[in-house]
Amino acid sequence: MALLGRIARSTEVYLVGVLLVLSVVLFLLNPKFATLENIFDVLRNNSFLGIVALGELVVLISGGIDVSFTAIATVAQYVMGVLITRYAIESVFLAFLIPIPIGIALGAFNAFLVNRTRVHPVIITISNLNVFYGLLMVISKGKWIYGFPAPFRDFARLKVLTLVSEKGVDYGLSIFTVVWFLVAVVTWLMLRYLPIGRKVYALGGNSEAARRAGFDIFRIQLFVYCYIGFLSGLAGFVHAELNQMIQPNAIVGRELDVLAAAILGGASVFGGAGSPLGVVLGVLFIAFIKNGLILMKASAYWHQVIMGFIIVLAATLSAYQQNLERKRRKGV
Amino acid sequence: MSGETPVLRLAHITKRYGGVVALRDVEFSVLPGEVHGLVGENGSGKSTLVKIATGVVQPEEGEIFIEGQKISRLTPYLAFKRGIHVVHQDLSLFPNLSVAENIFAHEYIERHRSFVAWKDMERRALEVLGRLGVELDPQEIVGRLSFADQQLVAICRAIASSAKLVILDEPTSSLTFREVQRLFGFIRELKAQGIAFVFISHRLDEVLEISDVVTVLRDGVKVGTFPKGELTKAKLSFLMTGKEITAESLVTDLPEAREILRVEHLTRRGEYADVSFTLHQGEILGLIGPRGSGRTEVALTIFGLRPPDSGKIFLEGKEVVFRSNRDAIRHGIGYVPENRLLQGLVLDQPVADNIAVTILNELVSRSGFLHPARKIAVAERAIRDFGIKAPAADAPVRSLSGGNQQKVVLSRWILTAPKILILDTPTHGVDVAAKESIYEMALGLARDRGIGILFISDEEHEVLKVCHRILVMREGRIVREYRPSEVTEEALRQEIVG
Repeated sequence: MALLGRIARSTEVYLVGVLLVLSVVLFLLNPKFATLENIFDVLRNNSFLGIVALGELVVLISGGIDVSFTAIATVAQYVMGVLITRYAIESVFLAFLIPIPIGIALGAFNAFLVNRTRVHPVIITISNLNVFYGLLMVISKGKWIYGFPAPFRDFARLKVLTLVSEKGVDYGLSIFTVVWFLVAVVTWLMLRYLPIGRKVYALGGNSEAARRAGFDIFRIQLFVYCYIGFLSGLAGFVHAELNQMIQPNAIVGRELDVLAAAILGGASVFGGAGSPLGVVLGVLFIAFIKNGLILMKASAYWHQVIMGFIIVLAATLSAYQQNLERKRRKGV
Repeated sequence: MSGETPVLRLAHITKRYGGVVALRDVEFSVLPGEVHGLVGENGSGKSTLVKIATGVVQPEEGEIFIEGQKISRLTPYLAFKRGIHVVHQDLSLFPNLSVAENIFAHEYIERHRSFVAWKDMERRALEVLGRLGVELDPQEIVGRLSFADQQLVAICRAIASSAKLVILDEPTSSLTFREVQRLFGFIRELKAQGIAFVFISHRLDEVLEISDVVTVLRDGVKVGTFPKGELTKAKLSFLMTGKEITAESLVTDLPEAREILRVEHLTRRGEYADVSFTLHQGEILGLIGPRGSGRTEVALTIFGLRPPDSGKIFLEGKEVVFRSNRDAIRHGIGYVPENRLLQGLVLDQPVADNIAVTILNELVSRSGFLHPARKIAVAERAIRDFGIKAPAADAPVRSLSGGNQQKVVLSRWILTAPKILILDTPTHGVDVAAKESIYEMALGLARDRGIGILFISDEEHEVLKVCHRILVMREGRIVREYRPSEVTEEALRQEIVG
């Protein structure tokens, strides 16, 4: 009974409901929405967003925030692009290994500054967003990279499940969607079953108590910022694969989408709350809305307006929910 | 000293902070299964003693023994490992985690397990809860529990990591009478299992009720350790302050005074019902009842914050309807909230700004800017008038003692020249001497300025001391009215519990 109650009041259940309603509305507006082909497409195109949102979730749970991940992903994929084109690296696996350590290193730099300066992480990571991105622009002069080795191109078409449409075109579940969901499962296992994952929740719930319990705060911070750095590197790779081109300005500017997805999914900017499942649903929500707008042929500017609204709405709802919770607790 | 080895013994401890001596040559020891009361005014050295006992700070001189073994350098981790635990006033729990996880969170730092075994953790949590006879769901999120239950979780956490000595820092200040009795039940249960407690509290009744022995500190020096049988409350206050503090009523008779506030049949669903009373000029009217009895809710209604479902409010004979607290303030009602730290003050701002905030409009010059000199002048006068001990008008409020912070909140309301002042548990969490000065301030305001004061409290002796009349509230209703001369402390307590 208590378990049922806990499930019923969880954010995830609400989100599934909202997603179902949204899907029906989009389907009624444009039946094309509910085709498997479109859904697979949405899942593939949003795998970048989905992966970094899971990293952001972990940082938010710890009570921190990272807005520099777009720059980290960009730097990581750019270095990879330069290396694989200049040295004609044929191995996709080798290419994949390049952005990861870059992401982790930049994440560690964030963690170090957050811990040592005690300045709010939003300030630190906005500054680092500019430092990382600015340096990249200075060095690269904003040049685009394309013409990747053939294996790198072919990898992007890899599907786990292949179907053929009526028109005879292949479609299916992209490898990148699988990577995204795999990251979600790993993140969930880590948060739920590893002591470090529990410490992340504890730190976000009450940092003073975490200190008193003898937790090494710097190690937890190092872990969360490196984790989002790691996922940014991975997502940078995915992004380059999806677009088959690396533009230094393609990713930076999407910070709000990711934050919105995480907060919609039940993460709190005050820390201590949120789940990977919720964030996956949050990303899907944003993805569906965007897809719906595209299917309705709405102008790109509307996307921004709607996204802005969604963020305000999500933040308001979560604040409202917390208020209710506080009142309920007082009533006890 | 008896044959038993103390769990903890602090010998000849001296601690200085800069030039200030926090503790001088203090001897303190706790036997297994003993409840050891520790009392003293704020600044007497209690918290320093706790910090030394738990390795948070190191003494300059003296020795620490745990179970007879000398510890050359005690660290927080070592204290924890050796079974010395503190339950802080804020409990230090993780509100977003479950009961079971809070009890065992410390195990995450030991690396003997690579995965979290939830089932096992919940089973062991049930065991610990069972040892105390506490009925809580190990899976429940701690933030959803009442404060009293959260406190039990914190105690269970200490027990689970095999605590031998649990230091309870002001454990009862947020509990109702019944919850305190329940807590004492648990303490006695664990005491029987051989666990020792240090019980720190400002509430001397409770210290005397639960402790076997009481150690009194004053100005960093140990006054003595006394068996409970040798102590009375009056003696304890005297030992703490060095001053006789009378329990007698301080109130002088009120001449036939004009009515300034009357409420009739005030009702607000789920909070209080059919509340009627009058308040006269220069009168201090006590409103006493347990937390959740509706006392604060009634006060907030009079202050315009919670509109009543039915009933009427009359000010000086005229009916008023407040739509907000701005209406109430305009009509001369001031409210000093229950938790001064949370609701009243901006701690990092200067005393002057905190005092002048209620009358900023009057301090604006013709050009539309704030007049800094006038602000300082107003604040300095308030500091003088109300005897606030502040280094300067521009010192941050944080640097003041608790009692003086409370005076700052009071003084700001008095600047608005209120006719009615609502004081919501104004002495909550302040020490004996500061309480006395708050009483004097309230009495002075009523006597000299004719302010009618609604004095909300949960301490019987306090309302008996400062109020002209006392209303007892229980479960949303006023159940009795007394004059202080008509009732004893014990009888009043019985009436409150019902």
